Amino acid sequence: MSDRLVVSETSVMRLAPHIVFRFDDIRQRWTMMAPERLMLPDEQAVEILHLVDGNASVGAIVDALAARYTQAPRELIAKDVTAMLQDLADKGCLSNDLAD
Amino acid sequence: MTSPIDPPLALLAELTHRCPLHCPYCSNPVELERAAGELTEEEWRRVLGEAAALGVLQVHFSGGEPMARRDLVSLIAAANDHGLYGNLITSGTLGGEREIAAFAAAGLKHVQLSFQDFAPANGDRIAGLAGAHAKKTRFAAAVRAAGLPLTLNMVVHRQNLDGLPQMIDMALTLGARRIEIAHVQYYAWALANRAALLPSRGQLDEATRIVEVARRNLRGVLTIDHVVPDYYGVRPKSCMSGWGRQFLNVTPSGKAVPCHAAESLPGIVFPSIRESNLADIWYRSDAFNRFRGTDWMAEPCRSCERREIDWGGCRCQAFLLAGDASRADPVCALSPDHGVVEAARQEAEKAPDAFVYRHYS
Repeated sequence: MSDRLVVSETSVMRLAPHIVFRFDDIRQRWTMMAPERLMLPDEQAVEILHLVDGNASVGAIVDALAARYTQAPRELIAKDVTAMLQDLADKGCLSNDLAD
Repeated sequence: MTSPIDPPLALLAELTHRCPLHCPYCSNPVELERAAGELTEEEWRRVLGEAAALGVLQVHFSGGEPMARRDLVSLIAAANDHGLYGNLITSGTLGGEREIAAFAAAGLKHVQLSFQDFAPANGDRIAGLAGAHAKKTRFAAAVRAAGLPLTLNMVVHRQNLDGLPQMIDMALTLGARRIEIAHVQYYAWALANRAALLPSRGQLDEATRIVEVARRNLRGVLTIDHVVPDYYGVRPKSCMSGWGRQFLNVTPSGKAVPCHAAESLPGIVFPSIRESNLADIWYRSDAFNRFRGTDWMAEPCRSCERREIDWGGCRCQAFLLAGDASRADPVCALSPDHGVVEAARQEAEKAPDAFVYRHYS
């Protein structure tokens, strides 16, 4: 039995090995496939998912987004990003095991 | 209904009806397909390619026991080459470490493994196969050793539902990330055994309570899917998310059907992939257009505000219980045929536990 992955700004994560995040040419949109589950991330989620690369911490991802969207307070971005990644972690889509 | 038809999301590839188990709730048709009538590997490869081109994203390899097919590993690889997300739905009673390692190398993404109970003796009794539970346990370890995520599929009913807490513990012990508490659906063989299988209201309420507690305690550790059996619902399930909306099944002999049980419906000719391609079947066949959308509906569905939520419920259940596939699903409390479902629930409160086993022979 594994422990729950709790997402914080210091977390460094990647997509779990069995998650496929790819562009669907037929529907012309990004899709994320998980065991018996199909997710259709919105534009914002797609942008965040591209930044989850096994190198950047959640804090660094928030910084990158805050630099792009200067009207939004960093605090608000941090809250949204952490909530989204925690939800994905709870669905088993993320991993903090960075060894290959 | 004039709205455009969306491409399908998933293909259920029913590779074979052969299976070493004899479950009394088997969801396969009462008439099983013979091995000689099964599609060839080449035909399945064509189906996989056409499915991907049509927009299918996930393929579920199922059966029967799909591991009874020797070409399974090459079909998994073919699906993966087409960008399809491969899922194996298995009883885990044929093969083990060597096969699973080969499937993982071929690009399989996930395994759904069935168990008939947490207790080996009762599990083997329900499966009608001695030693099945022990094989499944070893199989689960092989799946995890190969690095593949594991879902346990627990088929539940009156004769095992009380062991739900132990089933959840078993999922954790075996390293599963997900467990499906799958109540028997009463079609085909299961309908013949309904009186011995349908849980009582009290059992069901207790199961629901256990699931709610476990979901809170195991958040982020184990996902628990639990769908209440529709005989106890007020509104029908959105069966297959609607006829011909998201799912496509291909049977062992190559018939394309909108759902697993649809071949039981009379008066519909289901097209064969041996005679047409999947795109024609999906968009243009009479069978896939027969109950698509809402135009086919009669009252009370036609004017119901939920008509595009539950899509009239299940066509097969309407036929099996009300004798007409175009009526409302009788599990809906608004259906004029709802009395048959109430009668089945009452019957379940007092019926004996004897099964009618099935045999592939």
